[in-house]
Amino acid sequence: MNVADKKRLLREMLFARRFEERCYEAYVERKIGGFLHLYSGEEACAHGVLEAARPGDDYVITGYRDHIHAIKCGADPKKVMAELYGKETGSSRGRGGSMHIFDVEHHFMGGYALVGGPFPLAAGMAKAIKMKGTDQISICFLGDAANNQGTFHESMNMAKIWNLPVLYVCENNLYGIGTRIDRSTAVVDQYKRVSGYDIPSAQTDGQDVEAVYKAAKKAVDYVRSGKGPYFLELMTYRYRGHSMSDSNAYRSKDEERMWSKRDPIILLRDRLIEAGELTLDDYKAMDTEILDEIEDEIIAFAEQSPEPRVEELEKYCLAENDPWVLGGGR
Amino acid sequence: MAEMMYWEAIRRAHDEEMANDPMVICMGEDIGVAGGTYKATKGLYEKYGPERVIDTPISENGYTGLGIGASFLGVRPIIEIMSVNFAWLAMDQLFNSAAKVRYMSGGQLTAPIVMRSAGGTAHQLGAQHSARMEKVFMGIAGLRVVTPSTPKQAYGLLKSAVRCNDPVYINEHELMYNMKGEVPDEEFFHPLEGSDVVREGHDVTLFGYNISVHWCLQAADILSKQFGIEAEVIDLYALSPLDRAGIAASVRKTHRAVIAEEAEPCVGVGAEVMAIINEECFFELDAPPVRVSAVNVPIPYNHTLEKAAIPNANDVVAAVRKMFGK
Repeated sequence: MNVADKKRLLREMLFARRFEERCYEAYVERKIGGFLHLYSGEEACAHGVLEAARPGDDYVITGYRDHIHAIKCGADPKKVMAELYGKETGSSRGRGGSMHIFDVEHHFMGGYALVGGPFPLAAGMAKAIKMKGTDQISICFLGDAANNQGTFHESMNMAKIWNLPVLYVCENNLYGIGTRIDRSTAVVDQYKRVSGYDIPSAQTDGQDVEAVYKAAKKAVDYVRSGKGPYFLELMTYRYRGHSMSDSNAYRSKDEERMWSKRDPIILLRDRLIEAGELTLDDYKAMDTEILDEIEDEIIAFAEQSPEPRVEELEKYCLAENDPWVLGGGR
Repeated sequence: MAEMMYWEAIRRAHDEEMANDPMVICMGEDIGVAGGTYKATKGLYEKYGPERVIDTPISENGYTGLGIGASFLGVRPIIEIMSVNFAWLAMDQLFNSAAKVRYMSGGQLTAPIVMRSAGGTAHQLGAQHSARMEKVFMGIAGLRVVTPSTPKQAYGLLKSAVRCNDPVYINEHELMYNMKGEVPDEEFFHPLEGSDVVREGHDVTLFGYNISVHWCLQAADILSKQFGIEAEVIDLYALSPLDRAGIAASVRKTHRAVIAEEAEPCVGVGAEVMAIINEECFFELDAPPVRVSAVNVPIPYNHTLEKAAIPNANDVVAAVRKMFGK
């Protein structure tokens, strides 16, 4: 990563933070409904990993904390915000919502709301890649608590026996909804759990985007070279509750303060300032520019977009005019 | 027109679709090297190799999800669940991922998978190997459900299901794999919607699907010969969506309806067909519609109890006689 890459990543991560915090406001204003899971604090994970991969070409899938992964893959933030507003111009035409962002054109294959659901889907995408013989890979981002689902074990086993090109990224934010990891999970170090399937793994600092990039580069290269699956654990922290309906009462202020000192954006910013590549004024200007973009373009687009039409309620349930439903050509 | 067994018809459909499209794969427990519990994939492992005829671990939810993920990228998986009882384990992926992904992505993604499994009660397999779950599948939006009553349907429905862009669940029957029937020599695609009039009649309509079509046909024979009642028999090979127009058309003609189902009555095919009759042609009825269903118990092991739990042709005859007071 050169200086220009780092500055771009800094901007992308700051954009992600401002985007999510603006979602928070819109939720409080009741512009966004349903459940809303914010990525604030975890930005270095998606950005570091996907920087080491080929976003838009590799296939990416994740859980319900999905806005930022979609945007990093190439999804238009305007369409993501419009989706949160439930509008027809949204990335899923207002049918999905926060937990179901999709952008298939950019190979972002969706956010799924059943914890652990994407594990086998990611293995399946890897199976398809292998059948097609391309050098793409399948990347699955999920939280630590997903590893207590049966799909984790079933998928690791299949990925290994069939040598599938899939990278599993565990964003370990230490809590499964409101339950701390050591209260729910026998083995707290998640990277150790795949040793039972003979899958190589690593654990790294998920707050330092450069460290994430470095570890991810190794993981991505391994998977892309055809050696099979890899499991990367990133130690991170979410600033907000599990979702907006979470009072966050299960964590201490001391713990929150400790993690805020290792903020992924501030870490990278200060490193660039220290190296003489950025000034605080540059950063502030960047921030202002981002806030303006979010307000003037993204929120404005979501606000002004039309609602889906009730006449189209049943559209997208089944394929339209599929010839094989009627027996095809016979 | 060659006569072949139900399992042979399913095997032929697999073989033709795999030969036609290299993206068609099949997967399931013991389907490859062992050739499949019901021989539906016999010889395909040798012909197409382990990458396309996949012996899976006993992880139903996992490999169903894997098939769905592969289908996102253009693979057409035929997923065999050895016995429908084990499909409970795969419901999460089938319902939450396959059935919903088109809708919740606003039409961007689809999961064109086929899941097929042996359902029904066989002979003394006990409570956990005798489930009739078609009613569970047909309640899920975004999923098609079909159920073949003959080798011809078993062949043609699977062919269309593989090519259709929707996820399709095919409900087969443990006791029908060795049933013989005629299947056209030339390639044939069966519609995934609609119903068939398999016997014409004007006094009462007997609705059946899968194995219960055969009870209805036997019952119609007895009713005609012994009681002078001419029953029409409708084969509901498509359970989701059900053929509203076909159901209503027959009831408008006969004014009476009996629905035969091997499953328990609650929230079942019979209940749904009765609701359709009520909605479409209630005032055409000369008598209240009747269901012939299983008794609402887990299927017992004991032979006599098992037989008592499941309806048969005689029960259909009895229901019609009662309706006519004969």
